[in-house]
Amino acid sequence: MEKFTVHTGSAVPLRHSNVDTDQIIPAVYLKRVARTGFEDGLFAAWRANDPAFVLNKPEFAEGSILIADTDFGTGSSREHAVWALQDYGFKAVLAPRFGDIFRGNALKGGLLAVVLPYEVIERLWEAVEADPATQVTVDLQAREVRAGDIVQQFELDDYTRWRLMEGLDDIALTLRHTDDVDAFEKQRHAWLPVTQ
Amino acid sequence: MARTMAEKVWEEHVVRRADGEPDLLYIDLHLVHEVTSPQAFEGLRLAGRPVRRPDLTIATEDHNVPTENILGPIADKVSRTQIDTLRKNASDFGVRLFPMGDLDQGIVHVVGPQLGLTQPGMTVVCGDSHTSTHGAFGALAFGIGTSQVEHVLATQTLPMPPFKTMAVTVDGSLPEGVTAKDIILAVIAEIGTGGGQGYVIEYRGQAVRELSMEARMTICNMSIEAGARAGMIAPDETTFDYVQGRPHAPRGADWDAAVEHWKSLRTDEGAAFDKEVVLDAAELSPFVTWGTNPGQGAQLDSAVPAPEDFADPAEHAAAEKALAYMDLDAGTRLRDIEVDTVFLGSCTNGRIEDLRAAAEVIKGRKVADGVRMLVVPGSMRVKEQANAEGLGEVFTAAGAEWREAGCSMCLGMNPDQLQPGERSASTSNRNFEGRQGKGGRTHLVSPLVAAATAVRGTLSSPADL
Repeated sequence: MEKFTVHTGSAVPLRHSNVDTDQIIPAVYLKRVARTGFEDGLFAAWRANDPAFVLNKPEFAEGSILIADTDFGTGSSREHAVWALQDYGFKAVLAPRFGDIFRGNALKGGLLAVVLPYEVIERLWEAVEADPATQVTVDLQAREVRAGDIVQQFELDDYTRWRLMEGLDDIALTLRHTDDVDAFEKQRHAWLPVTQ
Repeated sequence: MARTMAEKVWEEHVVRRADGEPDLLYIDLHLVHEVTSPQAFEGLRLAGRPVRRPDLTIATEDHNVPTENILGPIADKVSRTQIDTLRKNASDFGVRLFPMGDLDQGIVHVVGPQLGLTQPGMTVVCGDSHTSTHGAFGALAFGIGTSQVEHVLATQTLPMPPFKTMAVTVDGSLPEGVTAKDIILAVIAEIGTGGGQGYVIEYRGQAVRELSMEARMTICNMSIEAGARAGMIAPDETTFDYVQGRPHAPRGADWDAAVEHWKSLRTDEGAAFDKEVVLDAAELSPFVTWGTNPGQGAQLDSAVPAPEDFADPAEHAAAEKALAYMDLDAGTRLRDIEVDTVFLGSCTNGRIEDLRAAAEVIKGRKVADGVRMLVVPGSMRVKEQANAEGLGEVFTAAGAEWREAGCSMCLGMNPDQLQPGERSASTSNRNFEGRQGKGGRTHLVSPLVAAATAVRGTLSSPADL
């Protein structure tokens, strides 16, 4: 996983609450078995049918930070939603609230999902809509989002921050504690089911 | 200190706890299907890692499965590749798989409970958000992403952030004709699609106690539609009766020890929840959705709301967008909405009791002209049972299509899809834009409402027949 410390780039304002993962990537794109190449599925229905959709506007073509609305990424657990955003070029998503599984998936895979107060999101939308070239900085080191005169701290637990900044693989971290898992398994209830 | 059921089950599964780190939880059962697993197995292969506990892992084919001609090759090449990939992965890594044609094949959340693999007090995960279904047994069951699927395959554990607890209490008894689906749709409309975010919900109260196991699964299944991490119901005699005798249930002295333990899992008297919601069962009636998220629902007796009815600007805007997508006018009586498709099935409502309830309504009647009704059992065992009870004949005699087991029209990954502009009454769990097929419009309903709607051609309850 790529290390994440500070990212600066232009942003895409998505004024649409309750964007479920079926909208981020429709089910038909989930049939693939590869891990990359999901960018064509990102917001596929809206990109195809709505010329006014923000990603269809050339001034937002270069955006690498998505400024989303409340309850972004609700619904299906598909991690393809995170992959599609990353494959399209997004490094971070900012929103007042996220679907739980989506946020977990994003932070596992190195897409920084940052919770910001609604008022700050609104100010960011306004800044970016007024000037699409506005540079937004997501600073994981300082746990801060900056754009023009907007400076906003955000919360992220120390462990996740450390893991993202080091670009560490969660599985490798857990495998350091195999002894604990071995010990736990010895005291599980005897009646618990096995599948084979 | 008094503890909730969720806290007890969590504590029992902590493998490692360290300051500043998420708890590392042991996973008792890992359910796998073809859609969210290929990249996880590939990750193992690249890292040279085995599956730590294939004996706590089980796989089935469900999302891509065509519900007709299941023994023939899948026509869609991409779907076929995904199924073939699961078969190869299961074989390479020693995971037991129920492929199409196997009597134990079906939707992953129907298969686990019916085999007795889902039991009280367990931790259950699956790369599928409707894993919350298994909480009906008093298990702590989470939907996870593909990276986590790989993590569980490799380590049989998951680092999990802490959760909050919510009690949803449904007091009193349900009126005649009101079902578990109506309860959960009403709960989601009440707390919103984000209201459960970060919470494990425990459903309690007399109306919940009086529900069968399958009805409890319907409720827990849709916890994720309220944004919750999981949903749970305390195990009781109803639970024990359901589990006992199933192929993977404990037997003899093990059974007694297990039941003894399961009884201790109930939330202690005086335990505090972070949030509490109370509903009065007597005030519930058949509930349907009118919009494009499961929180946009209303009593069938009411009318399509106007965006102005919502004071919150975000809800106002969401209602406006939803009405445009659904092609509905504010003020239209929900009972006047015509559908062209009825879907009875899914991990929410594809179990034998759901089929019985719908068959009871539709028996001796006909599906309305111009309406297509798909009846899709949740598993091949459900189909077998339904046929033994003559339910398949009831559906076909009424003019419905009686299919093979799979996720079917719940999501557009297999041939069962809505065409653009088509409108369904569906017993599934999501009415998102395009969920049942590009441009399709979905009204979520209970099996009773689905059956009555099929007969009348407009959203209806059995009382309308």
